[in-house]
Amino acid sequence: MKQKIYKVTENTKIAKNTFKMVISGDTSEITKPGQFINIKINNLFLRRPISVCDYDEKNITIIYKVVGKGTGEMSNLKSGDSLDILTGLGNGYDTSKSGANPLLIGGGGGIPPLYNLCKTLISCGKDLQVVLGFNTKEEVFYEKEFKSLGAKVCICTADGSYGEKGFTADIIKNLNYTYFYTCGPMSMFKAIENVAKTSGQYSFEERMGCGFGACMGCSCKTKYGNKRICKEGPVLEREEIIW
Amino acid sequence: MVNTKINLSGIFIDNPIIPASGTFGYGHEFSNIYDINCLGTFSFKGTTKEERFGNPTPRIAECAEGIINSVGLQNPGVEKVISEELPKLKKCFFKPVIANVSGFSLEEYVYTCQRLSDQEQIGWFEVNISCPNIHGGGMSFGTFPESAFKVTKEVKKVTAKPIYMKLSPNVTDIVSIAKACEDAGADGISMINTSMGMRIDLKTKKPVIANKIGGFSGKAIKPIALQMVYKVYEAVKIPILGIGGISNAEDVLEMMLAGASAVQIGAQNLIDPYVCKNIVEDLPSAMQKYGINSLEDIIGEAH
Repeated sequence: MKQKIYKVTENTKIAKNTFKMVISGDTSEITKPGQFINIKINNLFLRRPISVCDYDEKNITIIYKVVGKGTGEMSNLKSGDSLDILTGLGNGYDTSKSGANPLLIGGGGGIPPLYNLCKTLISCGKDLQVVLGFNTKEEVFYEKEFKSLGAKVCICTADGSYGEKGFTADIIKNLNYTYFYTCGPMSMFKAIENVAKTSGQYSFEERMGCGFGACMGCSCKTKYGNKRICKEGPVLEREEIIW
Repeated sequence: MVNTKINLSGIFIDNPIIPASGTFGYGHEFSNIYDINCLGTFSFKGTTKEERFGNPTPRIAECAEGIINSVGLQNPGVEKVISEELPKLKKCFFKPVIANVSGFSLEEYVYTCQRLSDQEQIGWFEVNISCPNIHGGGMSFGTFPESAFKVTKEVKKVTAKPIYMKLSPNVTDIVSIAKACEDAGADGISMINTSMGMRIDLKTKKPVIANKIGGFSGKAIKPIALQMVYKVYEAVKIPILGIGGISNAEDVLEMMLAGASAVQIGAQNLIDPYVCKNIVEDLPSAMQKYGINSLEDIIGEAH
């Protein structure tokens, strides 16, 4: 973990209540897809943990949904603004277990960390499928970006206004794959858990105090013992999760 | 050259900056980002006889200038602290540490203190009779002078190391409880633990925290802590560790003027992991600014 100052270079709305922000600065602490950063917001006491969507040597991209005060504040930031950030947090996805044909399943605001995961797996020569679920057409984002990485992408919406009608679990029932990676709401996780055919990894969300393992605020029980979502998580293996 | 050394029950600490229990783990999360030997000492995660997971999640809620937690003393239990945490700590922290101990019965407090007593790394005990997040123990010992007296008396019997009793602000008269601890032989008072607090989510119309009510800490509680330290200082002769809302060097001076011999920093560590190191570095210039040569001289000077 490092505490660093970053400059906002882009902050644009890309779908309903959904913003893409690019920040430039030290990215050396980010080593795996699925890690997160913890952002200090003016006038709010706690930092806001946001997953890393993508990164390179100089920039971090995050995509966030405006759901409350913190993300509302973030959406008002302009190019050139500075941000105090704790970077390189969480365990991230373990890509070594993917097999030849991994499946990536994302739901709404949980989709962003799958982007860099997709990129990483494709660069390792994996032939992968991506299933992204949204509530409705206006919320759809990053379809093109996932496709341009070379992934087979299926979009579904709960109301059928775009792509297939239904939920991600309905789609993945009919797919064949060697392993799965997912991030999204708990209701989606439970549906996936019922139909998934292989091992996989889930990335969890929890209210955090510090984001780096000090306060024990975000702990959960697993079959492998107590874990902190911010430190030994947010990614847990299917086999260890107690639902 | 200003003097930041403080005598804490016979052990000199280089400065009065002490990360508070529950915000600093057993030191490792922080030793990875800076050399924690710059600190006066620190108070390790509240330790109980048995391993505890704590309360259900969510157990964190944000407030204006503060945080509510209901962690509920998650810790690996005293045996693992001895076999795993203290040996790991030995590699990165070379000063005496404060052992924070909690329990659900008098026997548990005594057992855990006795078990830790011969650990050479431990300089002081901080006995938590004020945790608002556990039922049937914790705070209930610290809400009556009689039970506070009893816990103090019994733990004093099993260790020769200095005992600091950590008090709750959620009482009608904290002075009487501090005096009961002193009368029972406490070597110092640690105060204050979190103030009870609550948040309700407007969307779900339910409490944010699974346990409904938790402990409120952070900058917002500094005035509450200050007046309590001020009052207790007038009533007892033993040293006070002042805790509550401290986030910079000037806050440290203010708390010491009220009567604290040293201070603990809690919630601020969680949002600003370098805060204790920064305060240690800022303290000499803050002292110079206010014409202070030796920190020990200002303890209780506001009286």
